[in-house]
Amino acid sequence: MSILIDKNTKVLVQGLTGKTGTFHTEQALAYHGTQMVGGIHPKKGGENWTGAKGETLPIFASVAEGREQTGATASVVYVPPAGAAAAIIEAIEAEMELIVCITEGIPVMDMVKVKARLEKSKSRLIGPNCPGLVTPDECKIGIMPGSIFRKGSVGVVSRSGTLTYEAVFQTSNAGLGQSTAVGIGGDPVKGTEFIDVLEMFLADDETKSIIMIGEIGGSAEEDAAQFLRDEAKRGRSKPMAGFIAGRTAPAGRTMGHAGAVISGGKGGAEDKIAAMEAAGIRVSPSPARLGTTLVEALKG
Amino acid sequence: MNIHEYQAKALLKKYGAPVAEGVPIFSADEAEAAAKQLPGPLYVVKSQIHAGGRGKGKFTELGPDSKGGVRLAKSIEEVVSHAKEMLGNTLVTKQTGDAGKQVNRLYIEDGADIDRELYLSILIDRTVGRPAFVVSTEGGMDIEAVAHDTPEKIITVAVDPETGLTQSDLDTLTSTLKLEGEAKADGEKLFPILYKAFVETDMALLEVNPLIVMTDGHLRVLDAKVSFDGNAMFRHDDIKELRDETEEDAKEIEASKWDLAYVALDGNIGCMVNGAGLAMATMDIIKLYGKEPANFCDVGGGAGKEKVAAAFKIITADPKVEGILVNIFGGIMKCDVIAEGVVAAVQEVGLKVPLVVRLEGTNVDLGKKILNESGLAITAADDLDDAAKKIVAAIQA
Repeated sequence: MSILIDKNTKVLVQGLTGKTGTFHTEQALAYHGTQMVGGIHPKKGGENWTGAKGETLPIFASVAEGREQTGATASVVYVPPAGAAAAIIEAIEAEMELIVCITEGIPVMDMVKVKARLEKSKSRLIGPNCPGLVTPDECKIGIMPGSIFRKGSVGVVSRSGTLTYEAVFQTSNAGLGQSTAVGIGGDPVKGTEFIDVLEMFLADDETKSIIMIGEIGGSAEEDAAQFLRDEAKRGRSKPMAGFIAGRTAPAGRTMGHAGAVISGGKGGAEDKIAAMEAAGIRVSPSPARLGTTLVEALKG
Repeated sequence: MNIHEYQAKALLKKYGAPVAEGVPIFSADEAEAAAKQLPGPLYVVKSQIHAGGRGKGKFTELGPDSKGGVRLAKSIEEVVSHAKEMLGNTLVTKQTGDAGKQVNRLYIEDGADIDRELYLSILIDRTVGRPAFVVSTEGGMDIEAVAHDTPEKIITVAVDPETGLTQSDLDTLTSTLKLEGEAKADGEKLFPILYKAFVETDMALLEVNPLIVMTDGHLRVLDAKVSFDGNAMFRHDDIKELRDETEEDAKEIEASKWDLAYVALDGNIGCMVNGAGLAMATMDIIKLYGKEPANFCDVGGGAGKEKVAAAFKIITADPKVEGILVNIFGGIMKCDVIAEGVVAAVQEVGLKVPLVVRLEGTNVDLGKKILNESGLAITAADDLDDAAKKIVAAIQA
């Protein structure tokens, strides 16, 4: 088992014909044969996409048509910021089960509208402004480098792309490997929060331990910590290591990610670390020690 | 992106919000003519800087006993004398840091007879993913202090973006703020106006502190602080023009031209990193080993050699920087591209401080080879802990 995606997941690409979409689709196809089954382009329906190594995929005029023709249940969005929200909404309307939006720089108000639509649908959105997700040796959606993964037992969930890579790399080197790694993204309004992914990891038999990487801004880490405490009282818990980026960030400044800002005295790193530690998570002071911290947590 | 109070008020006025009459000035010569355009007899002279706490702020040049950055005047002469004293001087508030900010613009405004001061802001409530009003009867003071001491006096009303403000939302707002009679009627007109302005112009924050009930029973927007969602500025050319670059750090302006996420800080170890989370973590680990970062810099995932070189040049141009830490975990970003950019920048501008580079991920071997063969004095590091230790040791040597 894994969460969200596995070797049977069929994926459509919105924004396949652009440079980013093309590159990462080639990478995904090369990653244990992830089932990338088609691209979407309103004006190029009926044509074919060809990758650098001669890979070809059919292009459909709409997500709904692509779904019907291929049986895809997931869609990944590489559409540039101005059109990304419309692309997500198209995927929601086509009733895609999983929508993964990689695009960074979508206006918050557009995401507010997407979120309202999402709440009335059955779709799950991961992102935006995220690196995507990987179930090792089975399926890679998004932009994470496949070479650092190793099939195993750690569930990784993170607001940061490159810190996800750190966690994956270190748990691979520690011999633990990953069940699934999910980047939920650095935007303030997003489709999936820590709690959603933690719930899935707790329920997944293959996931024996969890790494959770947060950062300054908002209160998603505190909410997740409360959720974990409540679940622990019900007897559901797994060993966890964590990290919070931004201990040294000044208040009021947005640190790269649109959501990484301490504002109105809220969203600081220390509150998050305290909440996570109170929920039994071993919080590493260094991002270089995520793997070793988890190994210690596993020893109990 | 932040704008000045007078710009925010002009924008809100266009949407129909009740704001006082006022005139911005850029030199003391303009003060008299500005005041003459206002009805009087009470005037307010307000420093226009991108920081809060102006009223309680102090001008560095005028000493601790001088008046603050927002001053009342009871005559045109008094307006002029305040303007002469304030313009060009440095205002230090609790939000500016000790260096303060030079006051280059003043806003001369018609005075108001205040009965009650209220607090109102609109922001995106991240927990529900909706715009939300935050209101309190405790206006005119530091809202963070109110939130800390009496959180029950702050009420949040999240708005469904598909319906907009409902009558029930309006009822909650007016009753929380204890608005009655004309003030209530004003509020029911004002709140939808503010919401419309917030949504249509892609604001990140609209803060009215205070919103006042005047002695005549009407509401007025007495102060206004507005910032916009930088990601939405592609569809607001008119708002982009309101940007005041004199309020921003020169290094940050240069970085924004290259689309680099860069924040200037006070320490002396410069950092160049890919990814916002890893960039923050790199700052944190420098601190963990006892030093302070000089900046936050995320070169992003898809940067080319030129962008990397530009980032490196911005970092080395900072006179505070005594050492540089480059930390890259290549995913989309290829390590050889980073290496080429660093080498190109060093060849152009030279390297006068220690440089530690940690590369990992895509094309790492090629990247290390480029650095090794460059003949530059670069210290390689194995992981982030190792890199932080090495750069801290290098600047202490």
